[in-house]
Formats: sequence, C-alpha cells, structure tokens
Amino acid sequence: MIPGSFSYHRPQSIAEATGLLAQHADGARVLAGGQSLIPMMKLRLAAPEHLIDIAAVAELKGIERKADTLRIGAMTTQHELIASPLVAETIPIIRETSLLVADPQVRYVGTLGGNLANGDPGNDMPAIMLCLDASYRLMGRGSERVVKARDFYKGTYATALGDAEILAAIEIPIPPAGHGYAYEKLKRKIGDYATAAAGVILTAQGGTISSCAIGLSNLADTPIYAQAAGAEVLGRSLDAPTIAAAVKAARALMAPAADTRGSVEYRTYVGGVMVERALKRALARARS
Amino acid sequence: MTKTQVKMRVNGRAVEALVEPRTLLIHVFREQLNLTGAHIGCDTTHCGACTVDLDGKSVKSCTMFAVQVDGATITTIEGMANADGSLSALQEGFRMEHGLQCGFCTPGMIMRAHRLLQENPNPSEEEIRFGISGNLCRCTGYQNIVKAIQYAAAKLRDAPQKEAAE
Amino acid sequence: MNTAVLTREQREAKLEGMGCKRKRVEDIRFTQGKGNYIDDLKLPGMLFGDFVRSQYAHARIKRIDTSKAKQVPGVLAVLTAEELKGVNLAWMPTLAGDVQMVLADGKVLFQNQEIAFVVAEDRYAAADGVEAVEVEYEELPVIVDPFKSMAADAPVLREDLAGKTSGAHGARKHHNHIFEWSVGDKAATDAAFAGAEVTIKELISYHRTHPSPLETCQCVASFDKIKGELTVYGTFQAPHVIRTVATLISKIPEHKIHVIAPDIGGGFGNKVGAYPGYICAIVASIVTGLPVKWVEDRIENLTTTSFARDYHMTTEIAASKDGKVTGLRVHVLADHGGFDACADPSKFPAGFFAIVTGSYDFPVAHVTVDGVYTNKAPGGVAYRCSLRVTEAAYAIERGMDILAQKLGMDPAELRLKNFIKREQFPYQSALGWEYDSGDYHTAMNKALEAVSYQALRAEQAAKREAFKRGETREIMGIGLCFFTEIVGAGPSKNCDVLGLAMFDSCEIRLHPTGSALARMGSKSQGQGHETTYAQIIASEIGIPADDIAVEEGNTDTAPYGIGTFGSRSTPVAGAAIAMAARKIRNKAQMIAAYLLEVHESDLEWDIDGFRVKGLPEKFKGMKEIVWAAYHSPPPGMEPGLEAVSYYDPPNMTYPFGAYICVMDIDVDTGVYKVRRFYALDDCGTRINPMIIEGQVHGGLTEAFAIAMGQEIRYDEIGNVVGGSFMDFFLPTAVETPKWETDHTVTPSPHHPIGAKGVGESPNVGGVPAFSNAVNDAFSFLGTRHIQMPHDFWRNWTVANQLGLHG
Repeated sequence: MIPGSFSYHRPQSIAEATGLLAQHADGARVLAGGQSLIPMMKLRLAAPEHLIDIAAVAELKGIERKADTLRIGAMTTQHELIASPLVAETIPIIRETSLLVADPQVRYVGTLGGNLANGDPGNDMPAIMLCLDASYRLMGRGSERVVKARDFYKGTYATALGDAEILAAIEIPIPPAGHGYAYEKLKRKIGDYATAAAGVILTAQGGTISSCAIGLSNLADTPIYAQAAGAEVLGRSLDAPTIAAAVKAARALMAPAADTRGSVEYRTYVGGVMVERALKRALARARS
Repeated sequence: MTKTQVKMRVNGRAVEALVEPRTLLIHVFREQLNLTGAHIGCDTTHCGACTVDLDGKSVKSCTMFAVQVDGATITTIEGMANADGSLSALQEGFRMEHGLQCGFCTPGMIMRAHRLLQENPNPSEEEIRFGISGNLCRCTGYQNIVKAIQYAAAKLRDAPQKEAAE
Repeated sequence: MNTAVLTREQREAKLEGMGCKRKRVEDIRFTQGKGNYIDDLKLPGMLFGDFVRSQYAHARIKRIDTSKAKQVPGVLAVLTAEELKGVNLAWMPTLAGDVQMVLADGKVLFQNQEIAFVVAEDRYAAADGVEAVEVEYEELPVIVDPFKSMAADAPVLREDLAGKTSGAHGARKHHNHIFEWSVGDKAATDAAFAGAEVTIKELISYHRTHPSPLETCQCVASFDKIKGELTVYGTFQAPHVIRTVATLISKIPEHKIHVIAPDIGGGFGNKVGAYPGYICAIVASIVTGLPVKWVEDRIENLTTTSFARDYHMTTEIAASKDGKVTGLRVHVLADHGGFDACADPSKFPAGFFAIVTGSYDFPVAHVTVDGVYTNKAPGGVAYRCSLRVTEAAYAIERGMDILAQKLGMDPAELRLKNFIKREQFPYQSALGWEYDSGDYHTAMNKALEAVSYQALRAEQAAKREAFKRGETREIMGIGLCFFTEIVGAGPSKNCDVLGLAMFDSCEIRLHPTGSALARMGSKSQGQGHETTYAQIIASEIGIPADDIAVEEGNTDTAPYGIGTFGSRSTPVAGAAIAMAARKIRNKAQMIAAYLLEVHESDLEWDIDGFRVKGLPEKFKGMKEIVWAAYHSPPPGMEPGLEAVSYYDPPNMTYPFGAYICVMDIDVDTGVYKVRRFYALDDCGTRINPMIIEGQVHGGLTEAFAIAMGQEIRYDEIGNVVGGSFMDFFLPTAVETPKWETDHTVTPSPHHPIGAKGVGESPNVGGVPAFSNAVNDAFSFLGTRHIQMPHDFWRNWTVANQLGLHG
C-alpha cells in the first residue's frame, strides 16, 4: 500500500526530461499519468529511485491535424482523446477504444503515451495503433527518431524505447473518410484488461474489402498486428468462409497467457470471436 | 527523505502540506488536512472510495503523489454542502433515495457523480452506470445510487429554471 | 401550543414509526464525509502497526531477523511470537473452540499468515520496517485439496494438536481432522433411500470466497498504564464479545476494558471474530505505552481474514416417482483452513446447516459434517451466510433442480408439490428445528405470476428448438430458488458464543422534555439501526422517531449484547427494544391513569398517548406523561421513565422467499446476461420497507458476484489466486443487474412485533437462483450439475465440452 522512497523531478522540457533519464539511468522511471506505475509502486513491484514527472512538459500535449496526419502529444489523457471532436471526426476508433480502457477516473489522468510505451500486453491502445500504422516520435538526449508502432513492441515490458528516450508524440495517418472501424473487447468487468480484444480498420467498396488492418490485444506477450488475417479478406466480401479464414489466420498468431481470465484455449477461441465481431461491425460502419 | 511543501486550494481554502515525494494525496487529506471523508478501500486503484474532484477531473487520490498536484484546485466531500450548510442536491438525493448504507463508498461516489453531472446534466441510466463504474459499492447494489443521481440531476436542472422564473 | 387537531393518520405519520420509509439519520453525516470510521481516529502519540507475512503456505520458520527493521527511521519495535509468549498471547482462542497463532510460532500454515508486527511512528515507516524484516523458511508439503487432507500420508499441519484425539466438538479421526458433527435419523434416512423409487446424488460445492466489505478490518488500541485500563476502538460487529474475549486472554479485568465500535464500513460477517491485528495492537500499546493503530490493506483482508464457504456437500434426495420427496442425506466436507476460526454458536460447528431440509417437507433426513484443516486462511462462517445457511440453501435448491430434471418435472411444480403447507406451521423439521411461520404456496405463486413463468418456459422451449436448428447461439435459463432461512441466534437452550447465551438487549431512557435515548447490544455496519430502531420505539411508545437517539457500539454504555451478524438484530435486539418499550408504556399507563384519575384498565393506548375508554376527550399524550414522571410521579412510584430488557428468544425466526432469475448465455464466449431478477421476500413485519429493499439489492449483488465468478482460489503449492481487486470479482454498476423486489408478510408468532430478519436472505436465496439459471440453460444439452462460479470462461468450457464449438 505504501511505495518505497524516491527522488522526484519535474522537468519543464523534453531536453530536461531526457537529461534526467540519462543521468539516473536504470534507477529512473518516467511518470506520465501514473495509473499503471503508481499501483505497481504501491505494491513495491516497481521501486524506482528517481521519478521523472513529465506532466509539465508542454511539448507533450496537444492534438492537431497536419495535412493527412493526426499528431497526438503523448501526455494527452484518455479523457482528452474521448472529448476531442477532431479525434472523433478523423479516427473514431481511438475514441471507441479509449472508452473501454480502465474506468472514468483513470481515464482523466491516464495518458495515451503511458498506455503505448509501457509495453504491457494488457493495454488496449497499442493494438489500434498497429491497425492504424501509427508512428511514434521518440526523443532522446539530443536525438529524435521515428519508430513505427508495428516495429515498437518486442515483448512483455520490452519495447524499442531507448533507456534515455521518451515517447513524445504519436503520428497517425488519417484513414480515408467512410472507413469502417471497430474495437471489440471481451473483459470480465469494467476496468479489467481484455480477456481478448480485436481492433479492425477497413475500407470497402460495395461490400468488397479494399483494405483491412487487424490488431489484437492481450493475446500474446505483445500486441499483434494480424497481417495474415487482414490479407484473408482483401478483395472479398465478408461472407462466412472469408470471415472464418480471417479468424483462423488470426488465431494462428495468438499465444495468450493462461490466467484468471481464462485458459490459452478459451482466450484463443474468444480472440477469434472478437475478430469476427470486429470485422462485421467495422463493415457495417463503412461507407464506400 | 527530505520533505517539500505543496500548496493546493482545497474546498476553497489555500492549504499547504509538508510531504515526502512518495506521500499519496489521500494521506495528505486524511492525515494532515483532517479531511477524512475520502476513504481507502483497496490497494490496486479499483474501488474509487478515495475519489475527489481535482482541476475539473474525477481523480483517485490514492493513485497520485501530492507532489504531482502542487497548485491544484480540489473539492472533497467536505466541500460539497451549500454555503448555508444545507445539503447539496447530490447529498440530498443520496439520502432521499437510500443511496447509501455503510457510507464508506459514499464520499467517493458523490464526488464522482458531481463531475459526471457537471459534464452531463441529463444522463440516462446507462450513462450513470457507466459514469460510476470506477466506484465500487458493497452495500447498495447501485440501484438506489442511480436513483440518487437522477434525483440530483433533476433538482439541478430545475434550479436554474426557478431562478429564471424569479 | 399547536391548537390544530391532527387526524389519526397525521398523528401516526408524525411518529414515523414502523412500516414507513423513514429517511436515514445516519445519512446526514455519511453524505458529508463525517462518519467516524476507525482510520479517521487520531489519538495523541498514536503509533502504527503493520505485519510481516508469510510467503509460503506451509513452512517452518527457521529464523526471523528484525535487526535491520529496527534500524529503519521511525520504527520503534518489532513483535514476534517470542515477545507474545511472554504475555501468553502467541496463541489465542477462536470462537469455534480451536486455538489460532497470533504470530507464527515455529511454522506458518497459510500464505500471508502473520509472522511479525512492526510498530512505527507512521504507516510509511511501518511499511519500510516490514520490508526490512528477514525471514528464513523451510518449505513443507502443502495441502490445498480438502479431499486429500485426510489421506493416510497427508502432512501434519497442526503440530500443536499432536496426540489430541479429540477437540472442542468431539473425537478427531485424523491429524488434519477437526470435528465430525451429525444430526438427524441415520437409520430412518438410510431406510428411506434403500426403498426409494428415485434418488439423486451429487457433489455440490460452494467455493471459497470472501465478504470483502469496503472498509477493511482495523483497530486502535490504547493501554493506559496509570489506570491499568485498555481501550480498543475497532471494526467490531460484536463489541461486547470482543471485550469479554479481551479480558479472558489479557487478564485485565473486564470493567477496565473499554471497547468501542464506531461507524463500520460494512461487515458482512468479516468483522465478528478477533484477529491477530487486534491482539498485536493491544500488546504493542501495552509495550510502548502509546496508542497503536492497525489497518489492514485489501490484499491482507482478502487473503487472511475470515473467508466464507468452502463447503463440499454430497447431496442426496430420495423421492417417489411422482415427485414426493421421502428423504434427504447430506455429507459435508468442510475446509476450515489452518485454524477453525468460525464464528458459530459453540454447539454448532457447522452453524445452522441443519436448515438444509429447506422449504420442503422431508419426513426423514440425516446430515454429517467433517471439518478439516488445510493450508489456507482460517475461518469459514462469514459473508451474509446466517451461519452456513447459504451453503445449505445452495445444496437443497440445486438438489431439487437436479431431482426435477431426473423426474422430468418442472422445478416450480416439484417445489410446490413438496412445500411445507401453511397449516403445518409451526413445523418440526426432520433435523430438529421448529419453523415458526410460513406461507410458501402463496409466495411462490405470486412470484411465478409476476414473471409470467409459463410464458418464460414457452419462450425457453422455442429458443431451445431454434438453438438446435442453428438459428441462435444463445441459450436461456430460468433459475428458481425458494429458500427458508433461519436467523436470530438464538435461544439460550442451545445457542451460546464462548459460553455467553445469545440474548440481546435494549435500554431506553426518556428525558423530561419528552425525547429519548436508547442503546442496544447490537452493532450496525450499515443496516440503519439508528433509523429503524427508533421507528420501533416510536410505534411502541408514541414519541416521534426524530426525538429518539439510538446508540450502539460503546461497551461502557450499551447493555450487553452479542452483536450484529446472522441477521439477528431485528429478531433479538428488535424484540428487546419492543419489550423495553412496553415496560415504559406500562409505567406510562399507570402515570396516565393517575393524571386522568381513572383506573389503568379504563385506559386504552391510542398512537401517542392514553385515552379513557368511552370518553375520547380524556386523553394524555406521552410528552405530558413523561414530564409527569419527572415532575409529579404518582405516590409510591419511582420518578423517571426508563427500562431495560434482555431478550432470550424462544426460537429462531424463519424468513423465506421466492427468487426467479432469467438469464441468457452466449455459448461462443460464455458471456451471460441477467435479463431479469425477481426477488420476493417474506421477513414478517416490515419495519422500514426502504431499508429492506436496500438490503435485498445489496445481498443480491453479493450473490450475483459469488455465483458468477467471485472466488478465492489456491494453486497446488498454496499461493492465493485472486487475492486482490484485480481479480476478485466485484461487479461495478455496469455489470450489476437491475433488481425487482416484492414481498409477502407472514409474521413470526413468537416475536413481539412479528418481525424476522432479512439482511442475509438475498445472499442465501440469490446464489442458488443464479446457479440454477445457468444449470437450467445448459440442461437440455445433457448437463446435470455445473459447478459455480459461472464466469465466462467456465461457461464456455461447459459449451466446449458439449461439443458446441465445432
């Protein structure tokens, strides 16, 4: 219930933040919304000596459209995503998914960056970033690079983020107007991680799928971009055999942990059901 | 660990507290400011009994370090009653509709409902249930809490009209 | 002086007495954050205590090194069993006749068992101190399966009981056996089964779970060295019992121990017994000379304080082929964890499980219960269980559905055919209880009609055909439960807790200006006694409820009582309230007679005063009478107006109810939706319908959670699984169904106001209704008994095993 002691830092700029990270190396953790980190610290499962609170770094806030890209600052909260007319208008899957993350209080404080950079396979936002082919802008000490979401996740709590880097912004190509989308999450109750979840972004012309990206949450030690599953539906209508093929391909990629949510067998099966339901709902929303 | 001072505005008053970096906001309320309305019901940020209103957001004060909120404006349950001491619409609604039994979840529930109604003055039942899904109750089964919030919403919606009529 | 003449209705309404939806007195402070819970309490110089707990489920403690902990800034002391042995408190008696380690004495028996108690200046330093204590363990083999606990080669758990072939409840068959308890007529029951046309036999398990009130267990202990007096504030559902236990184990005289239970944030049976935290806080206060606070966190609460259930009930029913039950036989394997810490009356190691004949007229029955030790947390009786009635109701209600299925009978029809009839009350059950009153047929028919039961069955039939044709992947279940509860422990002839008879008490004192103060031996944890008890008094003595202050929980001022659990407050304390009030009214009648210059027998009671029979204008209101008691009492009569009653109930009370659950389950995900839940309760006279409805909503929500996924589980080496709110299923407002409540009223003939208890009925009746709904949904596909909890995964697994996933 009580965390261990640590030193607290509140940098005012990215340069200051990354400088502190470099200085304190393994003993430092970034504090964004804290809704994942602080609970772990209270159980003493995480015990950083230095907490770098990036809440005061202005460059990390803001949602703006630049041509065909939506740029979202990493410190944008889930609540801000939900409330943003720009997000709702351009990339509605973000809002749909965000409403399924945690609970209202956590959403006021929890950040998109925290949900994406943690490397926790239970988080929901990574899978849809994989569908959207988003890019993460990573800032280090005097460095800046862009890594695609699809290349970012390596394993449980293991990402491409360097030791002295922070995720500063997420850049998302805006899907075509009239695209179909859905995030289907099976969970035990509000606030729980997914037992299985699937996100779908697709475009269709007269019932025929012209593009389809499928992302899976909490069905492996990283979020999964189910490319082979999306490929199954290209150029086809979503009839029963096509859906079945996509579901089969998606299941082949799943390797969920067995835990209190269910066995490997159960989670894989319902993971497939989530893919099916997400495909159908996404298509129902699509306008050619 | 050296302590630092944090300054906040709590229930309309400027306050200061001396804290370690690891001091949780809930403990500042309960141990230093003598505001024991917000409660601790779990250790994994699930129950919401510690919910307060902070800079226009419902926040679980057990999952926040006091040092993070230097300069914040906070309302706790102790700040909800009207200036003349009468119960706020929500507090009255909880009483009129039997929305509480042991009372332990009640401060957090009311503070959450307060922000909910600020953002959505006419919520449907479904919106209310979703809106309070970060607050656990073991006694009421939520049904009368929903009615309590509907009571308050109706009362708050009526009140501006009354003033207009005058 | 109000000159307007009020009508009778207006006078009654003014009282806000029994039967009205009086708004709660408690809410004024709770809605403003001004409750007085234990952790709100700050005493000068107060210290904080926290536990070092065992990593392992079964291990020898080789070494405890507290040296580093004592170096942590702010840490003042670390207690281990060694220090407690010095004051003979390393072990403490349990309410079930067993003993329990306060701190690990050479070994630990369950994961998270208390090993050391760190005392520090504040909770942050205490937490750091706990981290710094080093413990060396030698792991021992673990038993978590109660069915393996009595194997010949099963490891010895209770070395302290070595050689003891009998315990508090008789002979012990094995080193891990606690007791065998049986009731009923074995020979007659065996004969009934031998000659039966139809029998069913099923292992029906009620899994381990936990009451989890939102406020955990906590206390502040303060020993005053100068006066030699101990004050303990705590989350105590039975504060007087705690005081008596404290005097027995500490040798501090009882009049020098002050136990105070202020506001309690939910109890549900979690806060009846004594915990190591209370004992350690007391010892630490004695040792340091300062008050010591102990507040457990949620994980500690879920994994070490009184769990609930873990009853494995082999249930057999014998019947004729046209569905008349002829015998009931149940064997229970009861898993009590490392210590038998159950809060049961001493003669009932299996609580009131003997209510397992339920609402049905069984001519013969026989029950045996074997209690065993395992490497799990101690306890068993908790969580709105009415002392094992939840388990009994589950066994019989599942059993009846299984029997109905075997007979090809509708489960409602089977129940109606076997209910105890109204004319049979008071009814002697085959297991020795006298049910006071009931009208089961009326209640059942009312419930069936309210939900249009026949239409539901028709819908279900149609849906089953559609499912078989592949048109839908959803199955529909209708779950019935008709429970009979047994609450209000209890008559002194067979009920005692540590030798204390289970009476309860009330003391009422009228003040000269007509208001009153009343105190009882019970202790509310959210049930609204400050509101409802005043309603009883208001109706009995004609003083407005708003003029009656109700206090509980301070053992110095409240008359002795056994506390609030097992739905006993209304049956026992409520009766004491009525009896004390009637003593006051009797004296008031004498005063009124004197004032009106008539004989007492010329007076009749009229809402709020006495009226001369036949002379309606000759009336004395209570306010005037009370003043007279202080101002001009009749000659020969003591001044003042107060009374006390200690009530020894002549019998238990038997509330009952009809619950119906309609549920739809998606076989591809296992996800269920509760379409409808209808609950009809009969608790006799209804004191405050608003509060009764609230109790039913809350109990049904608990039952829903229990049946549909909430559990405390252990892996093979005794690690607790699901011991935090991350996994322990507590539904939010989104998952929780909407509840429809209804009632009938069948008063208790032996209770002064005809009231029975109600608080636990919804948990007793709710779980079987949910579980029967799931079982009913799948039954057409060939299942006979699906174990709860019925979470999504398990429902899917059933569907999977039925081959439904192609």
